[in-house]
Amino acid sequence: MQTSIAALIKPFVCDTGGLLKALHAVQNTYGYIDAVAVPVIADVFNLSKAEIKGVISFYEDFRRSPAGHHVIKICQAEACQAVGARDLTEKIRSALGFGGPFSGCDTSVTGRITLEPVYCLGLCASGPAAMLDGVPRGRLNSEDFTREIKALENGAEG
Amino acid sequence: MKLFLPLDSAAVAVGADAVADEISRVTAKMGHSVTLVRTGSRGLFWLEPMLEIEDENAVGGRRAFGPVSPEMIAPLLDGNFSDDHPAALGAVGDIDFLKAQTRMIFSRCGITDPLSLEDYKIHGGMTGFGAAQKMSPKTIVEEITTSGLRGRGGAAFPAGIKWNAVRKAKADQKYIVCNADEGDSGTFADRMIMEGDPFLLIEGMVIAGLAVGASKGFIYLRSEYPVAEHILTAALASARADGLLGASVGGTGKAFDIDVFMGAGAYICGEETALLESLEGKRGQVRAKPPLPALEGLDGKPTLVHNVISLCTVPSVLANGGAWYRDFGVGKSTGTMPFQLAGNIKYGGLFEAPFGLELGDLVNRIGGGTRTGQQVRAVQVGGPLGAYLPLSELDIPLDYEAFAQIGAGVGHGGITVFDDSVDLAAQAKYAFDFCAHESCGKCTPCRIGSVRGGELMASIIAKRQNGGDVAGTLDLVADLCEVMEDGSLCAMGGMTPVPVKSAIQYFPEDFTGETDLTGRTDFTGEKNK
Repeated sequence: MQTSIAALIKPFVCDTGGLLKALHAVQNTYGYIDAVAVPVIADVFNLSKAEIKGVISFYEDFRRSPAGHHVIKICQAEACQAVGARDLTEKIRSALGFGGPFSGCDTSVTGRITLEPVYCLGLCASGPAAMLDGVPRGRLNSEDFTREIKALENGAEG
Repeated sequence: MKLFLPLDSAAVAVGADAVADEISRVTAKMGHSVTLVRTGSRGLFWLEPMLEIEDENAVGGRRAFGPVSPEMIAPLLDGNFSDDHPAALGAVGDIDFLKAQTRMIFSRCGITDPLSLEDYKIHGGMTGFGAAQKMSPKTIVEEITTSGLRGRGGAAFPAGIKWNAVRKAKADQKYIVCNADEGDSGTFADRMIMEGDPFLLIEGMVIAGLAVGASKGFIYLRSEYPVAEHILTAALASARADGLLGASVGGTGKAFDIDVFMGAGAYICGEETALLESLEGKRGQVRAKPPLPALEGLDGKPTLVHNVISLCTVPSVLANGGAWYRDFGVGKSTGTMPFQLAGNIKYGGLFEAPFGLELGDLVNRIGGGTRTGQQVRAVQVGGPLGAYLPLSELDIPLDYEAFAQIGAGVGHGGITVFDDSVDLAAQAKYAFDFCAHESCGKCTPCRIGSVRGGELMASIIAKRQNGGDVAGTLDLVADLCEVMEDGSLCAMGGMTPVPVKSAIQYFPEDFTGETDLTGRTDFTGEKNK
């Protein structure tokens, strides 16, 4: 893995903002940025491990553990709040067995669903909005969408 | 038969791709000869997916149907897209929401194929570049200065001053950086134009490059916009193939190229210095100013950082002249602004108009009030750092000065509507919590103040129900707001007090608990109640 990570990120070393590109590349390839990648990235970019960890932890997008099979990002921002995002979020969280507010790593016990907050998808006239595996979703009905997510959690593909 | 269907995220989010698939399926099966063009969106989001059919007899050359579902496709094709269909909207040019607009930036959005440079040119694209090509860099900057254009990202800084500073700076390398980190809730104009007319942004950046002497541009795009990434990347490839980008831009002998750079989910990277740090591959932490990015920006080089809409305005200014542009709008708020009607609103979408329109007119007449049909109670203008305004303040004209006078801001033109179920104490708490979540952590008032603010608001909400000294806690909030305003490095901490203070000022009953929040029937909208 270490060798392939090094090969994957080397093309970005001289680019403007190459470290962010490299982190995106690692995550796109492996689904997350494993701890074993940190010293490799540090070595390739000639930075300290602390600097690499600092950048990874700063950005919401970078995961340090694998996500579920499906990733759902639910918009939590004002325009979606105005049309029921809080209700939608609560329904889905309780359907998946998550208590309380977002913890930062809400993956269901089956490992099939990861639920994350997102602050605006630019679908502010079409809320409540979400993104399901990278596909934008708008005007969500709390009951219908919760049912859809439950079905995914129970193994239905859609 | 030629059909048009948006590929815009907001259309896709409500099923446009399923409609497109059904069109392909039905036409293949029935042997209809149909061309389907995926366009940007017209911005009438309550009608998406909105399907249009070419009709030379219709005003605007097309008739529209919406919202359209896959089940409607076969009957529509069979009925030859008769205007008797329940989803028929008539001629596009007769739709009131569009007729009432002045579309300068969004003139092509929803009409052209965003990935066709030829379509772009046929519909008036590249005329700004054509004009700029014949001008000296100094003259281009003078046109921008004359136009009175102010940065559309939120700060409203005069563009001409910024351009001139970068133009005059001496350096071996200068940059144009497009801030496409549109993180404000209630805004989607950047996303729409990047998805619907990407060559406009490219043209604007090329002109900016000629004017200030930059040979390299970056579009810093938020990762929440994957459709925009795909479209921009494809558009940039076409522009390179056409010679609009490259070693000799449009045959001028000057080099310019643009890269798309993906953010990674950090609201603060919409702040220009945090954006530059991020673009250098670091944590997106705010820099102290000075030095200004115009003199020491990306990699310490002079950098023109502009919002998407600012850059998309540039081609119109150059094509028609700064003096022409200046005549739109009011006072020092010149030109048009793509206002974004968002949240709980009946007719939500993009409404481009000159500055000076009354906020209430936009919300109630054009926007049709709330989607839920309840009374409008609060309107937040300008994103998460914008003020919550009550009905009594909605007679304010949408211009920078009028908003500044009441301690609010137009920001990026997002207008988020809430009905009478909103709890402004919860919104004020959210404002602090959001700041705590998104603070870059560099300065203490923002990093710590936001956390303390969230705690204070939670305590007020508890006291409101259980009794306690709410007034005393509100005094602490006022003190905290003062510290954050005066002591924060950037607008994140400095302006988080705007939504908080406006909520307290205009909706005191939500904090003191004197009015029953569930049965709010006594709200009259009178001032100073």
